[in-house]
Amino acid sequence: MKEDIRIGVFVCHCGTNIGGFVDVPSVVEYSRTLPGVIYATGNLYTCAEDGLASIRDAIKEHHLNRVIVASCTPRTHAPLFQGVCEEAGLNKYLFTFVNIREHCSWVHMKEGPKATEKAKDLVRMGVARAQLLEPKEEARIDVEPKALVIGGGISGMVAATSIANHGFPVYLVEKEADFGGFVRNLNNLYLGGKDATEMLKPIVDQVTSNKNIIKCLKSKVAGVDGFIGNYQVALDVDGKEVKDKVGVIVLATGADEYVPEGLFGYDLYENVVTLTEFEILCKRKTLPKISSIAFIQCVGSRGHVKSYCSRICCNVAIKNALNIAENYQNILGKDERGAVVEKVGVDMKAPEEIAERRRRRRGRRDREGGEEEAEAPAPSEGIEIAIFNRDIMSYGLEHELNYNKAREKHVRFVRYSPANPPKVYTENGKLVVDYWHDTLKLQRKMNVDMIVLSTPLVSPPSAPGISKLLKVPLGQDGFFLEAHVKLRPVDFATDGIFVCGTAKGPADITECVFQAQAAASRAAIPLARGYVQAEALTAIVDADICTGCGTCIEVCPYGALRKNMDGVAEVIVAACKGCGCCGATCPEGAIDLSHYTDSQLLAEAKAALQEAIQ
Amino acid sequence: MSDFEPKIVAFCCNWCSYAGADLAGVSRFQYPPNARIVRVMCSGRVEPQFILRAFELGADGVLVAGCHIGDCHYVSGNEKAQKKIEATKDLIDQLGIGSTRLRLEWISASEGSKFAETMKDFIEHLKGLGPNPLREASG
Repeated sequence: MKEDIRIGVFVCHCGTNIGGFVDVPSVVEYSRTLPGVIYATGNLYTCAEDGLASIRDAIKEHHLNRVIVASCTPRTHAPLFQGVCEEAGLNKYLFTFVNIREHCSWVHMKEGPKATEKAKDLVRMGVARAQLLEPKEEARIDVEPKALVIGGGISGMVAATSIANHGFPVYLVEKEADFGGFVRNLNNLYLGGKDATEMLKPIVDQVTSNKNIIKCLKSKVAGVDGFIGNYQVALDVDGKEVKDKVGVIVLATGADEYVPEGLFGYDLYENVVTLTEFEILCKRKTLPKISSIAFIQCVGSRGHVKSYCSRICCNVAIKNALNIAENYQNILGKDERGAVVEKVGVDMKAPEEIAERRRRRRGRRDREGGEEEAEAPAPSEGIEIAIFNRDIMSYGLEHELNYNKAREKHVRFVRYSPANPPKVYTENGKLVVDYWHDTLKLQRKMNVDMIVLSTPLVSPPSAPGISKLLKVPLGQDGFFLEAHVKLRPVDFATDGIFVCGTAKGPADITECVFQAQAAASRAAIPLARGYVQAEALTAIVDADICTGCGTCIEVCPYGALRKNMDGVAEVIVAACKGCGCCGATCPEGAIDLSHYTDSQLLAEAKAALQEAIQ
Repeated sequence: MSDFEPKIVAFCCNWCSYAGADLAGVSRFQYPPNARIVRVMCSGRVEPQFILRAFELGADGVLVAGCHIGDCHYVSGNEKAQKKIEATKDLIDQLGIGSTRLRLEWISASEGSKFAETMKDFIEHLKGLGPNPLREASG
């Protein structure tokens, strides 16, 4: 038996915000004439305690089963009024909001009676909608208290450790035979100059000693199915298949360095290397003896091959330039210049630096004395270093200091324009950088022993496959795309899957650790709570009408639809976000969206046009 | 027909355009009161049949407004809306309603002024076109 619709309408004056432009008493009067409206009143401020009390009392006194508040915007005040309805025993989905402030009184301040007419129309639309509303329950879905972290680089390790420390078992899946990822290539780290291996070791140790982390080396994810709280995963662990259920997934698959085939003589000359190759040479102490070196920035990035700026290369190039200027002996190959000098502690270096600073000051004073500018004194080890750049982006607090330090060490920063980049060739068997000096307006040449090309981090070839497997999107540059760049930077739009590190775009280690810890704490929320509340706004399939064409499955960005045993579409309530795109696309009209049903929306549209058809 | 006031049904997505309309209010950008907003979760929710029904019921114009491409709260609902609206425009052209009575606009939550300008512009355009021919026929 169909229940009687008993609607209460509460029209808000909002002080003079609405009442000053809309004739509220006449809107209240009009509301009483609408079908199903049992009670209507005006409030000075409906959101104030007495306004809320009037709703509560009226629900009880008049046995209201629908409540309409005509006031401001649901985007700010709906939860407040829904809460009041629930307090009075009314399901919050039986509440309707009518916006007569932002959408009426505030934008039609000079329209007088027309604003009041519009407010009446809007209330009529609300009443039409309210009559068709149904109570909804939000389903609770249990969460398997286990996590899967894909990628055993710095981000993956930090995320896995962080989740494991919350007390949840974590699968950490790494394709290589060791943990560490890209950082294993690096020599030392900018900001502090710490040895990369030294930095990595305690993080790897934390992973290997953590009992909650299930270490899967030489492994990959073979299959993922399901939704938040209930992901069925199939892992290939060194040839063995492992199947389990996890509640959440963190993606930390990292990035590769772009290989600059065909650029700046990379595939022609042995001594033209990428930034990471240079790091490896330094790390293994196999750097050939050099007396001059050039770094070329933005090779393949910023519109060259890739559109974006890789962010880290300016600072890495500056770090390496400083390494050469200050610490050359430590990175040089053994065979070229005798034994490798032991690393000198920072404290022991201090007096040297002070002396250096004094020398510099003396040099400046001499120049200020009006003498003809002397040839800039060579860096202490006599190696000429130039960084060819479009702009130096040494953003943030300390990088700028490093940049200044590099200048002090006589590292030359030479700007080039993308329209006229430097050319690299050999002359008498020696590498030459042939460049346009924009300040001098002269074509110049620099003889160098080595050229380092700063190429961007790029999304690895495995990314599209992982994207398909997890049904998470890639952005236009091939990196994984977060749900919202500012508000949800480590979430995917799909609930229960998170992203961190360079899988999401170029980032340095500090940023990767931030992101990994952020992703881990986001992932720990459903794990710790043990359940998730599903949206009550979900698609509903009419199995009698569905032909099983699969269009909705293609359209859904959340993988929230699947074909069931009968070959018809079925909604995975936990995964559905309630956008309604499936319903709007279904060629059979077999899918509706709860709380925003076809009939509710059409009733609103019809009520809006009621005057027009009279 | 100088006093003709077009009736507009505007389907606005909850996350961008409805919020854009809110911001127009907060900013007190004034525009004529011809439109009635129906809140939908996503512009991709708007079915061609909603639009056709609105014209059938006498709407002089229908506005569908959503997040800018790339900003959709539901990843790509607005791209789907775009395809549907293009197809629907063809259809209403064939029906003699005229495709310019249907508009698709991307209005973000921060574009209160764009919301107001869109309204003003659309109302002016519809005033130029005169009433929905279906309304004339039935009336």
